[in-house]
Formats: sequence, structure tokens, C-alpha cells
Amino acid sequence: MNVCTLKIDGVEVVGTAGETILDVARSNNIEIPTLCHLDGLSDVASCRLCVVEVAPSGKLLPACAVAVEEGMEITANSDRLHRYRQQIIEMVFLERNHVCSVCVANNHCELQDKAAEFNLTHFDLCPVNPRLEVDATHERFAIDHNRCILCLRCVRVCSEVEGAFTWGVSGRGLDTRVVTDAGAPWGESDTCTSCGKCVQVCPTGALFEKGRSVAQEKPRRPFLPYLTDKAGVPA
Amino acid sequence: MTETSPPAGRSPRVTANVCQAAGCVSLRSVELSKDLGDRLQKAGVTDAAVKRVGCLGLCAEGPLVRVPETGQLFSEVGVGSEAEAALVEHLATADPTREPRPKPSSFFASQVPIVLENSGLVDPEDIDDYIARSGYEALTTALTEMTPAQVIDQIVVSGLRGRGGAGFPVGIKWQTVAKSTTTDHKYVICNADEGDPGAFMDRSVLESDPHRVLEGMAIAAYAVGADSGYVYCRAEYPLAIKRLKTAIRQARRKGMLGQNIGDSQFNFHVEVRLGAGAFVCGEETALIASIEGQRGTPRPRPPYPAVSGLRGRPTLINNVESLANIAPIIRNGGEWYAKTGVGRSKGTKVFALAGRVVRTGLIEVPMGMTLREVIFDIGGGILDNRPFKAVQTGGPSGGCLPAEMLDTTLDYESLSEKGSIMGSGGMIVLDDTSCMVDVARYFMDFSRDESCGKCIPCRSGTTQLRMLLDKIVEGNADMLDLSRLEELASMVKATSLCGLGQNAPNPVLSTLRYFRSEYLAHIKERTCPAGVCAIASGEAKTS
Repeated sequence: MNVCTLKIDGVEVVGTAGETILDVARSNNIEIPTLCHLDGLSDVASCRLCVVEVAPSGKLLPACAVAVEEGMEITANSDRLHRYRQQIIEMVFLERNHVCSVCVANNHCELQDKAAEFNLTHFDLCPVNPRLEVDATHERFAIDHNRCILCLRCVRVCSEVEGAFTWGVSGRGLDTRVVTDAGAPWGESDTCTSCGKCVQVCPTGALFEKGRSVAQEKPRRPFLPYLTDKAGVPA
Repeated sequence: MTETSPPAGRSPRVTANVCQAAGCVSLRSVELSKDLGDRLQKAGVTDAAVKRVGCLGLCAEGPLVRVPETGQLFSEVGVGSEAEAALVEHLATADPTREPRPKPSSFFASQVPIVLENSGLVDPEDIDDYIARSGYEALTTALTEMTPAQVIDQIVVSGLRGRGGAGFPVGIKWQTVAKSTTTDHKYVICNADEGDPGAFMDRSVLESDPHRVLEGMAIAAYAVGADSGYVYCRAEYPLAIKRLKTAIRQARRKGMLGQNIGDSQFNFHVEVRLGAGAFVCGEETALIASIEGQRGTPRPRPPYPAVSGLRGRPTLINNVESLANIAPIIRNGGEWYAKTGVGRSKGTKVFALAGRVVRTGLIEVPMGMTLREVIFDIGGGILDNRPFKAVQTGGPSGGCLPAEMLDTTLDYESLSEKGSIMGSGGMIVLDDTSCMVDVARYFMDFSRDESCGKCIPCRSGTTQLRMLLDKIVEGNADMLDLSRLEELASMVKATSLCGLGQNAPNPVLSTLRYFRSEYLAHIKERTCPAGVCAIASGEAKTS
């Protein structure tokens, strides 16, 4: 096995070829925050919460998508990175309409957890306040785009684990939406198997099972562990 | 294609080269070339020819006609205009052996055409015309007399750097692709997804001299060991696409593309792929995703396309202008090319000169020329004798430089040191009627609109930056908003996934650096010094 040694936040750690910076950091109990990453799914490096500083260039690289190399010197936590991460979380809250008190995912929401972790007590910037649709045409599930953070876990689990390729992405910029069957209502989808994996991987309350009330949507992910040796419980 | 030609076996005494690039075509230059032919025929002039050529450069004064034998340039030659009558008169009577050649005007005098050497001289729809001007000579030389390593050596020696904007050394890129191992294919991609507002260099090259780009691609493919290639061109360039497709068909027939090129063992197939109107598809990983038929969004690098690109194979991606430089480098040698330019920036750069200058158009200047020379000597200064305020280079990824920076030389290092970038070659000149905060807002709006929506800092950050700039131009901002703007701009720059997001704050950061007083005037005095922004009258904010 190809082994390499590197430093993360001043700590000497050992990684094997093919492991990402995030893998090595977590197996050494160094915390790097993530939002779009989910063990068992491929990485898209889109939330940018896990960016770390890699010497000597000082460039910020996503820990979830960059493989470790011999002699790397990585800063995973610093005041600067903390501030950037705080701003990312703030902007996620502001770009759509997140109201925890009426959300099915209250207390089981990864975005909410991140806000608490980063001590986000108030917003400096302005909310965008978009008017967004809710698609409740599926008989068991629904999607509320107001709560979607575009992590694309649903898209990935649907193609990579279920193999149904129901979820996709349409639009661009702030108008980006996850869509079923290229924009058809979810209830009319020909490809959806109603497996519910997308609902289970959703970090927020955007995807939820019908009939659940506030704070009742709690993810269960028993279908993920066969890809990794980690338990199927949310982080 | 020639409208009228003298009797077989005799070359024409004079030729009217009529520009057929998009700018002049929009001013009816196609009709003009037909009409000129008719008029010459009617006048019984048999030893003058009318030829359709590519861009003649001085787009501001189109439709343009040049008579190469006498060196005369006729501008604003509308169909049925007085200028056309004068041109017909000149064609009928001029004697190129006697006529003194006019001194080139200041627009052309200091230009050094390498990329554009054929532009305005060859018929872009006729491969024979290109071959007559040493076309495909470099490819034949490379295939018959040089090893792939020798070809790459010449490119390394030339010091050519990527003309798409980032300025990565072309030779090093070629070496990396050449060294990457693969079980089957490697690809060469020509990036013709030119999207900066006000930039039209690549379009002009493709419309004026498409074979040169194909020749560059074929040489690149031979050097790196690729056997297929794509030209990724934005669909908004129909004329460029049409000429490119014609050129590919002709080159295939001549044996300059396809199987056994020039009777060698080398095969190279080229196809055109059209972009569907997304600026981000000019970013190489998004471009590759788009060719693969996926959503055009970037992915993190590494791995770089040189190692794992199109369909996971090693892929060389070069910009149109970079590839257009290849043939002359191989023909004349890398050292010849390196003689032009300054420092680590060799050769020439094509710029699309636009905005408030007297003479807008397409220019090619040696690296190391100053901004002042470009704007005042070539461009002829500012329209209506107004004062110069700023020059914007690099489009939405670039920055604005003020009058104090006019002596900055045009090379990669100097420009980025001053807070702008070389970029792909857009150069927009602004006078005192432009408000710099409004300019920054315009570019931020462009980036916000073009953000693919994948990563949060770009998707949400450009929106937030735009909202902050809105507040400033509307006179509703306080000093706290200004510090938020600065903090957010550096955050978006540092954390975004691809070049679009990383460079989107540049127009804000550079205007903050050089025109901070204008921001402060909007915030503290609630006035727009240029009188552009409509700020509602009211009490000045005290914060």
C-alpha cells in the first residue's frame, strides 16, 4: 500500500494513496465541516465549506475532492477559513427561505447544525426572499424548494445508488432547481421508483415524507453503508 | 470566391479585398462585393478583381475595402455611396507600378500582424488561397521533418502563453498531454467559446482565417499524440461556424485533415460542437462536460484535463488565438517568435478595442506596448475629446485601470500586478461619462447571470455582491455595506470553484482600488460624480 505522510493543522498524519484530505483528517479526529459531502456518494465539491489552505501556494482546495500527497502542509482550521465558512452558511440561509420553527427537519437539519456550530447569531447580508414552489404531486413524498440548498445529494443517490436517474438539475445561478424527469411533476415521473432514498439523504427539510409534522423528519440511511464501512446514521 | 476575374492566365492588375467579417457583413458588405463586380463589368474594367476576405481591422469605419496592390484602404463603402464610386474609379484607373504607396495610417502603423497576418488578405472560404500564402506548410514540415518532441520544443522556445486569459505556458501544457499515457485516444480541443462582453478576437480569427486554426490544431494533435479534436464554438457565431465547417470539409478533401494526413501515418479528425449560450462553458472542465453531453458545470481540478479530460482521456485545450499562433511558430521557428514581446510575455496579442475611442476595431500589437500607445496612437484617443477615465481589460474577470496607469505595458505580469488581467483580449475604454461603481455593477450582474449555480460562493456571492452594489448606486448604502462588499468580494475570490467565481469580484476590487472616492461619494454624499446613477435626493447619511 502506498503510504504518505502529511501535516494537517500542524499534526503529522498518515494517509494512503487515493484517500482525500477529508478522509485522512476525519480518521485523525481533525474536524473539517461539510455540507454537500455524504459518505457513500461521489463528491461534487460544491458547498465549499471544506476548503482548506494547502501550502506553499496558499490556494484553497476542497478537502473532499483532493487526494493527499506526500509532504502536504494543510491548514484546515484558521480564523480566515472560519469566517469564510460562516459567510457561506449565512448565504445559504439568505438565498432561499429557511424557517426552522415550521420545518419538518427542525432539530435534524444539517444546515441548522452548521449555523449553531459556527455561531451564526444574525445575518449581515440581505435575504433574497424568492417565491418558490412546492411539488407535492408524488403520493408519498414532497419537495419544498424553499428549503433546498442544492447539495445535489438527491441527484447523486438517485443515479449512483438507486440507479433511477430521476433527479436532475435545471436552470442556472440562483434559479437552479433540482427537478424530476427533466422538469415534469414528481407525481408524474416514469422513472421514480418511490424508494425514498433522496428524502433520506436530504440534509434539510427540502425533501420530506408526507404526513410528517414539524421536527418529525429524521433521516435513516441504511442503504448507504454497503458502499462504506460507516454506520448509516447522519453525522 | 471572386466576383469578377480577368481572363484566364492573367493575374488582375488590382484587387478589391472586401471585408466579409461579421461587422462589415452587418453593414451589407456581401451586397457591396456583388455590386462592385457589376459596376466593374458595366464599366468594362476586365483587369480588376473583387475578392471576399476576412476582417480588415478598422471595424469602426466599415464596410471596408482594401486594394493591396496600391495599399489604399477605402472606408465606409456603402452600396451606392460616393466612396463606392471613388473605389470603382480607383480600380479602373490605378496603376500599381506607378502609384506611390500611402503611408499606413496610425491605426495600422504600430501593429504587428502574426495571428492576423492573413486576415483581410485570404478568402476565408477558399483553402487554395490559404495554401497560396504558405498555408499548411507548417503542418507538412512538422509531419515530414520533425518529431513530436521537436515540435513541442519549438513551442516551448517560442515562450507562447495561453491567449484565453490565464496565460499558462502552451509548451508546458503540450508536454503534459504528450507525457500522459492512455490506452486509446487523446483529444485536442479548440476553445472558441468567447464570451467576454465587447470581445470578438476569436470570432474574427475564425471568420477571417479558419484554416490557420485547423492547422494549429493538427500540429498540436501530432505533437501530443491525439487523433481527434473538437472546436467548441458558441452558437452565437453563425458566420464563424459556417466558415469553420466549410474549412474542415475543404481540408478533409485536400488531405490536410482525416486519415493519413499529407500521406503520413498521422490521422486527425475534427468536429465542431456548439455551445448553447453559457459563459461558464468557456471554463475548460465545464466545456468538456458540455461536449460530453452533460450539464455544462465545472468540476474541481486536479485532475487537470491534460491528465483526465474529455471522456477521462488526456485532453489538450487551447484557445483559438493560441492555436492561430502555432503555424507561424513552426514555419519561422520558436526563436523568431520569442524576439517579439517583453519579459515572460512573448509574441503579440490581439485586442478587440471598443468603447469610447475614436477608432474601434481589431488590433494585434506586440506584448510590451503601453496602454497609452494602444488607446491614443492606434485608437486615436477618446471620442469627442473627452477626458480618458479608465480602461477595462479582461471583461468580467478583469479590472479597470485609471489614467495614472496608462503607461503600464501590456504583458501578463504588469497587468496582474496592477490589479487587472490580460484576459482574452477585450479592451473597453471609458471616459468621464462612466460611473465606475455602475461599471462594476454591470460586470457583477453579468457574472451573477452567468453563474452556473453549482458552488455557493459564486451562486449566492455574486447575487449578494450585486445587491450591495445596487444599494450603493441607489444611494442607500452606508460604510458598513462598503466593508461588507470588500469582505465578501475577497471571500468569493478565494473560495469559488472555478475561474468564473474566482475572478467575478475583480471588477469590484479593482474599481475599489483606483476609484474608491467614487464609492465614497455615492455613500457619504449620496451623489454620483459622473451623473450616471439616479440617486434620489434626500438627506445625506451620516454613518
